[in-house]
Amino acid sequence: MSTLLSVLGHVLPAVGLMLLNGVVLIYMLRKVLGHLHLRLGPMENGWHGVTQTIFDVLKLLTKEDPTPRAVDRALYFLAPVIVFVPSLVAYAALPFSNTLVMADLELGLLFTFAFTSLIPLGVLAAGWSSNNKWSLLGGMRAVGAQVTYEVPMLLAALPVVMMAGSINLGDIVRAQQPLWFIYNVPAFLLFFIAGLIESGQTPFDLAEADSELVSGYATEYASMKFGLLFLSEFSNLFIFAAMLVTLFLGGWGIPFVPEAVMQPIAPVVFMIKTYLVIYLLMVVRGTLPRVRVDQLLTIGWKFLLPASIAWVMVTGLVIKLGQTVFGGPR
Amino acid sequence: MSDPRDGAIDPGSLAAPASMTPAGACQPQTLPAGLTRAPVGVNSLATEHLILNMGPQHPSTHGVLRILVELDGERVVAGEACVGYLHRGIEKLAEHRRYSAMATLMDRGDYVSGIHNELAFALATEKIMGIEVPRRANWLRSLMSEVNRLASHLVWYGPIGLDTGSMGPFLYAMRDREVLLDILEDVTGQRMTFNYVRPGGVVADMTLSAEKKIRAFLDTFDQYLDEHIEILGGNEIFQARTRGVGVISRERALAFSLSGANLRASGVGCDVRRDRPYAAYSELDFDVPIAEEGDVYARFQVRMEEMRQSARILRQCIDGLPEGDFTAKVPKVLRPPAGEAYAAVESPRGELGVHLISDGTDTPYRMRYRPPALYALQVGESLLPGCLLADAIVTLGSTDLVLGEIDR
Repeated sequence: MSTLLSVLGHVLPAVGLMLLNGVVLIYMLRKVLGHLHLRLGPMENGWHGVTQTIFDVLKLLTKEDPTPRAVDRALYFLAPVIVFVPSLVAYAALPFSNTLVMADLELGLLFTFAFTSLIPLGVLAAGWSSNNKWSLLGGMRAVGAQVTYEVPMLLAALPVVMMAGSINLGDIVRAQQPLWFIYNVPAFLLFFIAGLIESGQTPFDLAEADSELVSGYATEYASMKFGLLFLSEFSNLFIFAAMLVTLFLGGWGIPFVPEAVMQPIAPVVFMIKTYLVIYLLMVVRGTLPRVRVDQLLTIGWKFLLPASIAWVMVTGLVIKLGQTVFGGPR
Repeated sequence: MSDPRDGAIDPGSLAAPASMTPAGACQPQTLPAGLTRAPVGVNSLATEHLILNMGPQHPSTHGVLRILVELDGERVVAGEACVGYLHRGIEKLAEHRRYSAMATLMDRGDYVSGIHNELAFALATEKIMGIEVPRRANWLRSLMSEVNRLASHLVWYGPIGLDTGSMGPFLYAMRDREVLLDILEDVTGQRMTFNYVRPGGVVADMTLSAEKKIRAFLDTFDQYLDEHIEILGGNEIFQARTRGVGVISRERALAFSLSGANLRASGVGCDVRRDRPYAAYSELDFDVPIAEEGDVYARFQVRMEEMRQSARILRQCIDGLPEGDFTAKVPKVLRPPAGEAYAAVESPRGELGVHLISDGTDTPYRMRYRPPALYALQVGESLLPGCLLADAIVTLGSTDLVLGEIDR
């Protein structure tokens, strides 16, 4: 019983955080895009429309949930779950502070990447099972995008691992005191671009390109099944931003502020940094047009992959040189 | 008592009785001419082609266009545009309308640039009847044409951003278009279907408030236009999406009798306003921008430059608007003598022509309406095979389709 309670004690906050993030991020996206586009976004429900998303969620929950006749029923019902669960599990290893982490895994970095890379599987399942050509094309594009970003993204995170000497996310954050790893600018940029592809934001939102594929893989979904797909999209956005903050922007830390002072405010610092990154992503989303499928593959295979491999080697070389010349600890 | 709506519906009970089903109605959909299925099994790597029905309800078919495309993966193998979903029979209805009542009908053709439609019909009527239009009316026609052209080009600029996946430009375009529609509403009373240009002149004079609005608009527009060009045209991704995409060669453009900005983007300098001046255009000073490449980006550049020229014409019109009547003295019921006439205007989409045949009664004997977008659609359709699905949408969108005009 106590095991169950302890599991629940770890899982429920994650679910709560994910749902809350979803609600906040949807509102934030609409407001940010609105103000970028010379309009106001939601204004009617509550002060500046703050409760709009709650009403939207209620609407989604109470909508009729029709199942098209010709779908592959098992996969059709399973797909939103395959998309939703990994993006929930990936929250587990995120270090919100020195102690506040749901599962302090030695392989935290790999764990997070492993679970986020399951998501396109669900997207493909959704596209395939919907028996809709738009969905199928969207699902195919999602997989095409995944094979493009997955390898460069891990390779772009590798210099950070080499500098920190650990793939425990907490250790990586602690290694960024007092200097954030963002000084490794090429790795940061490579990771950022790969992450843009992963989170399906506008320059790379090919899987649900609305002007081409109607709604992509989500075309046939309604009600809360659509809600799950939609929610995990925002959850992915949060996970990517959180990873970016953890790997390159010092996680919960602030330079030269001792750990004792940071302890109570660390989660707040972490959330603020993450939301700033998300804001940046949203501005990118509101500004840029979309690349074409072949252009995405070109970016991935001809630029991101060689560049990230080269940068891993350069970083390794510099670290080795540093050790040889200065005789540092690593 | 059980409700008949409870429980599962027997699909058989919904089917029409066999006697009502026309022969062949339940046959599997046959491919239209020109589309072929890929031979499966010839090459072990060849996959089955996908027949995709794009539209009539699709986010980027610019109205109710339906495009049937055959896809090999993401690449379009064959495509066919199916039109007619917005057919209202404007040409036939015209045979039962009095000449003065035709403007309302013409507005519903190309609903994005109503003034030009009305003007084409009015010019054709005046040609048959030999009506002399007062100078002020001519200037007002040019002025309102340019206001409408700007509004129409902004509706091209915004959606081309949407087609390439950028939402911002559309809303920026709507900011400027709102002012233009305000001006049109101020003068004509309507925002889209104006009913403003009639045989003999125009219905209403320029108002003081509209003049003020036009001047205020002109003060800011050049700067806004630079902003538009910068925000979309200056974008690396947009250029990668549009340069070398949907190339219409000079020969192809002429063979398809393309007109307007699409033709000028293919390197043919042809503009009805300059070559066969109507309204006040012979007295106005403007350039006809040309681009050579013929791709989507060239069409973007030409339309953007045309907006600058439109603003220039607008400035001349508002400064030099002559005094006088805004309409000639014409009888209440127009009865043109038997005869025929063709009149063309440079609509935002190209040469919009009206061929009118009168038999001496108070309604036209026949009215033929040349919709420039129909020719643009045919060129766009001919470009479909071989391009990627994403390019197909941008290519078709870049030819500035308005289905109200194509289907009439």
